[in-house]
Amino acid sequence: MSAMQRLHETELRRMRRRAAAVPVISTIIGSAFVLLPVVASVPLLPPVGLLMLLGWRLLRPELWPAWIGLPLGLADDLLSGRPLGTAMVLWTAILLAIDAAEDRMSWRGWWEEWLFAGVACGVATLGSWAVARFMGGAGALRMTAPTLVAAILLFPLAQRVCAKLDVWRLPQ
Amino acid sequence: MAPPSNRRPGFSRRAQYGLFIGYVVAVAGIVVGLGLILVARFDPPGFALLRAGVLDLTAPISAAGRSGVRSLGDVFDGIGDYLDAGTQNGVLRAELVATRQQLVQAQIDSAENRRLRRLTRLIERSPERVASTRILGSTASDIRRMATIGAGRSDGVRPGMPVRSSEGVVGRVYEAGQLASRVMLLTDGGSVVPVRRLRDGAPALAAGRGDGMVELRPLSAGANPFQPGDIAVTSGIGGVFPPNVPVALVTERREDVAIARPLADPARLDFVIVERPFAPPPPANQASRAEPTLAQ
Repeated sequence: MSAMQRLHETELRRMRRRAAAVPVISTIIGSAFVLLPVVASVPLLPPVGLLMLLGWRLLRPELWPAWIGLPLGLADDLLSGRPLGTAMVLWTAILLAIDAAEDRMSWRGWWEEWLFAGVACGVATLGSWAVARFMGGAGALRMTAPTLVAAILLFPLAQRVCAKLDVWRLPQ
Repeated sequence: MAPPSNRRPGFSRRAQYGLFIGYVVAVAGIVVGLGLILVARFDPPGFALLRAGVLDLTAPISAAGRSGVRSLGDVFDGIGDYLDAGTQNGVLRAELVATRQQLVQAQIDSAENRRLRRLTRLIERSPERVASTRILGSTASDIRRMATIGAGRSDGVRPGMPVRSSEGVVGRVYEAGQLASRVMLLTDGGSVVPVRRLRDGAPALAAGRGDGMVELRPLSAGANPFQPGDIAVTSGIGGVFPPNVPVALVTERREDVAIARPLADPARLDFVIVERPFAPPPPANQASRAEPTLAQ
């Protein structure tokens, strides 16, 4: 009987661990998309890590505290080779802003979530451009447009992926 | 759907404190992050070890997929070539005629060059090759134009070394890990290479624009001398790149600058060569470096 209980305990612990780890790992995998062996002469790839972060945040508001942007942003900075701190600051600021905006809204549907994500992607793109400029190596701002458009268009897909992963990580 | 109210922790003091502390940590983290950006700006080698370590760990991932992606790119190029076959044929034929004439002229020139060199006993300095390696990937989502190459400090690669291919200048090593390095490409907004026009030696600076092109800023007085079709090569000034490495082909003339396309397209490159900086450091620098050895 106690052996059964112990088995049940370990099983439960493993499931809890998986429930906590899946969102974090999937976001880091999103950040790792920059490792794709594509040599682009213009920026083309949308910020997949940010899209996953937004997908999880809007799907499960209670999942993460706002400071989760710090470690996940650090991972994104390290993988993408941007100056350390870029995504840390931008992602955490975005999460705080979403918290603040949510408090003031009485209604939130699919379109509103897409709007949130679009504004957040715009802020992140502009912010990382500003940091690159501060470092002395930014091109024209219009060069960021393709990644921004791609990010906004791909957000619903990231939402789908997050929802699928959510069903898998929390089995009934 | 109304927003889930789970973020409001209700009347539990403990949960309220937890939420509050979470916000405090987030804001403090933002301040720390801004500090990190300042460190990166004013002390570039800061955190180099951490960044290089991650670069070393992730480079094999990019390396594994590189060959597959290259063949995919070749397929698209092949389709494009097929569609343009007719016009391309005419253009190539005209080019061939022109090139033949130029080839004869070049042979005459090179013979004369050899003769003149013998006369002046000029010593040809060929820069030392540090490593030949592959381009593994690039910052595809970032505004900076950086590429990852599969050679690092263990191969002798150091930040600042010039990187070239058989077609021309690729860029300069930005940061080096043990096994992989990041290269600032010619087209990055932070890259400036001193060049001269191949035809007559008119000097200019080739600055990256961040959109796959470079901008040639002439250094001579008067009107902008560059015309479409001009080829810019390195001038050797500054001592990083050896002279006479092809850099870019002028495609468009603007008021003060010329827009040029790099001759070494990083997207199509396979192998690149890392070289030692061309010129020895200036004497003052050498003296200061010699002092510690004297002290020992």
